[in-house]
Amino acid sequence: MKLDRRTFLGRVTLGASAAIAGIVGFPIVAYLFAPLFARATPAFVEVGRLADFKDGETQLVHFRDPSPLAWAGQTAETALWVRRRSEADFQVFNVNCTHLGCPVDWRASAKLFFCPCHGGVYNEDGSVAGGPPPRALFEREWRIEGDRLLIREAALPTPGGTK
Amino acid sequence: MIRGILGWLEERFEFGDSVGRVLTHPVPAALERRIGWWYVFGSVTLAVFVVQVATGVGLAMTYVPAPNSAYETLQFISSEAAFGSVLRGIHYFGAGAMVVLVLIHMTQVFLFGAYKYPREANWLTGSLLLLLTLAMAFTGQLLRWDQDAFWSIVVAAEQAARAPFIGGFLATLVVAGQNVGGATLTRFYATHVFLIPAAIFGLLGLHLYLVVRKGISEPPVRGERVERATYLERYHRLLERGIPFYPDAAWRDAVASLGVVALVVALAALVGAPALGRPPDPTIIVADPRPDWYFLGYFALLALIPENAESLIIIGLPALAFLFLFALPLVAPFGERHFSRRPIAIAAVAFGLIVYSALTVAGVQAPWSPLAAEGASLPAATTQGLAPVEQNGARLFVSKACFSCHAIASGGGRRGPDLTTVADRLDRAQLISRILGGGGAMPAYASIISTDELDDLVAFLVTRSARAR
Repeated sequence: MKLDRRTFLGRVTLGASAAIAGIVGFPIVAYLFAPLFARATPAFVEVGRLADFKDGETQLVHFRDPSPLAWAGQTAETALWVRRRSEADFQVFNVNCTHLGCPVDWRASAKLFFCPCHGGVYNEDGSVAGGPPPRALFEREWRIEGDRLLIREAALPTPGGTK
Repeated sequence: MIRGILGWLEERFEFGDSVGRVLTHPVPAALERRIGWWYVFGSVTLAVFVVQVATGVGLAMTYVPAPNSAYETLQFISSEAAFGSVLRGIHYFGAGAMVVLVLIHMTQVFLFGAYKYPREANWLTGSLLLLLTLAMAFTGQLLRWDQDAFWSIVVAAEQAARAPFIGGFLATLVVAGQNVGGATLTRFYATHVFLIPAAIFGLLGLHLYLVVRKGISEPPVRGERVERATYLERYHRLLERGIPFYPDAAWRDAVASLGVVALVVALAALVGAPALGRPPDPTIIVADPRPDWYFLGYFALLALIPENAESLIIIGLPALAFLFLFALPLVAPFGERHFSRRPIAIAAVAFGLIVYSALTVAGVQAPWSPLAAEGASLPAATTQGLAPVEQNGARLFVSKACFSCHAIASGGGRRGPDLTTVADRLDRAQLISRILGGGGAMPAYASIISTDELDDLVAFLVTRSARAR
């Protein structure tokens, strides 16, 4: 096939434009998406002294992301529900309802977690007591170091995601 | 003198031949009649969009899109900046007006059959503009950056996560990382202020180009079908007796736009900007997140759909709506345009309107939401003259959170059955079995309540009868 001058110049125009889009587009797209996949190994962070938690009780703890963006403000905070089952046994729940992520509230006198959005209810051990939630509250890894309780950082839990 | 200047300008810019011709392009003469009022909604939407851009630019002069300052700058705009509350109010009511106007505009185009040949692409670009309008409404609510906004992002991410295959990726994209944090708000801001508006400007240009190029559709006539072979010729003959868009038809657009913009500004001036919720502090657990009013129907839907169909509906329903929007002009480009000959079209509009209105009412009432624990107490009349055991049962009714979901007399939640006269329906044994066993949305209290507490609680419930004791 013979390539005439006009067809050739047309292709040069399109090719040059596409090249501009490509060489600028790649760094832009990479800049936008790379941070989403930067996964630091989730560290254990301290949430309190063992003495702060009473046997058989559930209470709210919060901790600050150890390395937040400087302008993160309050969003660097994370809240969790900690239940002390016995001397050395804890259960740590994400506050997010497993239905759609709203924060569940612990009512100690009723021994139930209530979700304000669509009425999900959970038992003391995180299992579903009623309402739309498809599964028990997501739990966090914890460990005891000396007289302190540590909790592993984790991503926002989603139904498809890992715990 | 002035004539000389205008002449000079015209010779240099030649607007008369370009802009002038577009402004005075012929439209069907029927628009001069009262039916012309049905054709104003596209222009009114455009007018409100311009208002949104102008007020948005104004707000951006003060708003700082960083999580550690956004809330404070909004407080400043709302209560200290001169005209700040009015500006935020216009942007807020303007957003609601945009959503409503786009839907009215589409409904009119749909019922008039104006999406049919040769204007299918007008409808398709309009459908994309609807999606972008909804995206603007949602991202805008998040920039309010109060507690509602914070949890709305989480809810959005959880919904996105239900998409098959790419759910995890979408959720990561929504929160811009692993959790809502420093990067989330800046991205939503850039999306709301640059990305989506850029797409809107582009599509709006295309949409308006098509409106002028393909001509404004004539009011439908019963029995006059759209056929590929005859329509264009008929339409061009119609335009030969047409009227210039400006000013013969445009004056209605301008008057209607003035009406709507004046309403938006009046609401902003009288009601003001929406109050900010609590600060977006993830450690404040007592929250009651609600979307703005036009999304309450969808919020309600999420509470009311059966659990096992949930992911299917969260992903499937929007997909179905998109399919309807984008397949409509391709599937039905020809045939009858007049709504009186298209009963299914009328039924579809009526069905959509009724269902979404009902869902919105449900969303406002949100009977599925448990009552907040703080300050909950039974009406005094319900505990008067009760024995001590029954009094204790009444206290347990509140403290064990029964009251959060069940109404008694005038107070209480509405998630579960009203227990005002429960003793007339259930006897002691039945009450005990319901409380211990639960079922559906009702937690089983077997492991939560002691035998003594149960006795007292049931003693109280037995007093709840319409018959005199």
